[in-house]
Amino acid sequence: MNTAKNPSNRMAADFSFPDTAAKTAANLPKEFEPEKMSLSMGPSHPSTHGVLRIQFELEGEMVTKADPIIGYLHRGDEKIAENMTYNQFVPYTDRLDYIAPLANNMAYAIAVERLAHLEVPARCAAIRVLTAEMARVSSHLMGLGAFGIDVGAWSVFMYCFEEREKLYRLFEELTGARFTTSYSRIGGLQRDVPAGWVEKVGAFCDQFLPILDECLALLARNKIFLDRTVDVGVISKADAIAYGLSGPNLRGSGIPTDLRKDRPYSGYEQYEFDVPVGAKGDCYDRFLCRGEEMKQSIRIIRQIVKNFPGGEWYAKDARKIFAPPKDKILTSMEELINNFMLVTEGPQMPAGEVYFEAENPKGILGFYIVSKGGGVPYRMKIRSPSFCNLSILPKLCVGHLVSDVVSILGSLDFVMGECDR
Amino acid sequence: MTTDVDLPTAVSQKFPSATPRASLDCPAFNVPAGEILAVLQHLRDTQGYDFLMDLTAIDWTAEQTPRFTVVWHLYSSTKHTYARLAAACPDNAAPAMPTSSALWPGANWLEREVYDMFGIKFDGHPDLRRILMWDGYPHFPLRKEFPLAGLPTDLPDAEIAAETKAGVIAAPMAGGPFVATPGQPMGDAEPRAKDEAWNEHREKPV
Repeated sequence: MNTAKNPSNRMAADFSFPDTAAKTAANLPKEFEPEKMSLSMGPSHPSTHGVLRIQFELEGEMVTKADPIIGYLHRGDEKIAENMTYNQFVPYTDRLDYIAPLANNMAYAIAVERLAHLEVPARCAAIRVLTAEMARVSSHLMGLGAFGIDVGAWSVFMYCFEEREKLYRLFEELTGARFTTSYSRIGGLQRDVPAGWVEKVGAFCDQFLPILDECLALLARNKIFLDRTVDVGVISKADAIAYGLSGPNLRGSGIPTDLRKDRPYSGYEQYEFDVPVGAKGDCYDRFLCRGEEMKQSIRIIRQIVKNFPGGEWYAKDARKIFAPPKDKILTSMEELINNFMLVTEGPQMPAGEVYFEAENPKGILGFYIVSKGGGVPYRMKIRSPSFCNLSILPKLCVGHLVSDVVSILGSLDFVMGECDR
Repeated sequence: MTTDVDLPTAVSQKFPSATPRASLDCPAFNVPAGEILAVLQHLRDTQGYDFLMDLTAIDWTAEQTPRFTVVWHLYSSTKHTYARLAAACPDNAAPAMPTSSALWPGANWLEREVYDMFGIKFDGHPDLRRILMWDGYPHFPLRKEFPLAGLPTDLPDAEIAAETKAGVIAAPMAGGPFVATPGQPMGDAEPRAKDEAWNEHREKPV
């Protein structure tokens, strides 16, 4: 029967009829009640920022159950670490949080230095802090831009990426690589800063702050952005602690835990900066925290640029750990032997256990190293902030619309390379 | 660098079975598996260790008894100090540990990861599934006897495996070009080096 030819047979659709009233009026038998829908979001979805997959159970468009499925990017970094020397693992730390490799390099190097009871000179520590804060700015710019795109603000992304490009040029000049920097070495750095580089960083800060204000202003009072983020994905203080959140996601909930302040490492105690905290713990607060953290990072960078320490850039007394300079290797027998032993057997570490955590852009990155002595760790556990931050998703998504989940994921700012390791 | 200097005496007074553990940084304790939850709760509620930062395990190889040790790292956001707790799994063949996910919901995923990687069961865990590897994966990759290159396994989807007879190749690039196998002359695996390589078995190309 073709109803199109026979318009009088068509049922009239009355769209003013409320949904609940419709259900009661129809008085549906059990088998006709609307059933819950299951929806798989990801692993390749623009707003999952990598290969996160979430299995939803929906009632209408309301999430009733969320089950994140991770591991698509699992490479077995911890297994790999057990099978290579401490120095060989440095490039693998780039690939944890690949948005901020310089910060990962530093966290790993300090963890191993704690194991070796090694202190690096002031210049080395300052360069590490400088690069880590630049990495924080770069990471938050990425997080901000991607968050903007998730909720429909395209232009913020373009502004942010232009600034990131400037940072990447600076990284390239410093390390030789834009993305996978592998800059820190155990007991020092890959190389000293090039001549004039620190001044370029200072010049970047001067031009960056007005642009950052402009970027933040594009979102901070934007009606659409406010509608998508305010009171969405509220994480209470108790939940934030219980799920082990860290970084801006924790501070967005109003807990001022920042390891740079609480347990200063690499000379953070010398620098003046504030720790921004949120009031409500919603997506908007996490966005505000990231914006303010960038300004504080610039503040730290400017202090370092102003008083850039001189002296050595690697621990000279750590001959069994840090490779001698290349010209020494080629001219001195002792240094050649030393370099050969470092390359073949790795830096010799004492036996013992250390756990070191650093305040990375995404949160707290920890390395737990169990050493039996020698150049290879017996066990290395990487405590990745994205993994712990995502573990709250099953609780956080429930009761939100699917489109709110997009806001929540954008505001959590995770990286799957770090989550899956 | 601060450490909680009062913690060792406080814990050993309350729990005589907790013995100090060798550590290069924070206070650390060896606790019997049966008492671990009480110690964790005491540290959380009385000593101010409100964050469970990390939960992991160590495999001391199959020859050792006890073979598996589970390690907790706690952080106090008021004292700004760390504490490390370790408990050995009593049974080597079927290692198990009581779950701490009732104390910290964040332990849920961390314990799933330990189960996934080491095969340690957490008694009372609400949802003990694999997390990084797929459901149905037969091995525990962070155990010491598991080879670095991995082991070939069945496809996770049984229907597709039956249809295509395909499996998961553990190291798909091994044996191919650009992969140098240890102990083997590089020229055998690396086509670009093949023309140039010479050794005791092959003469130097002219």
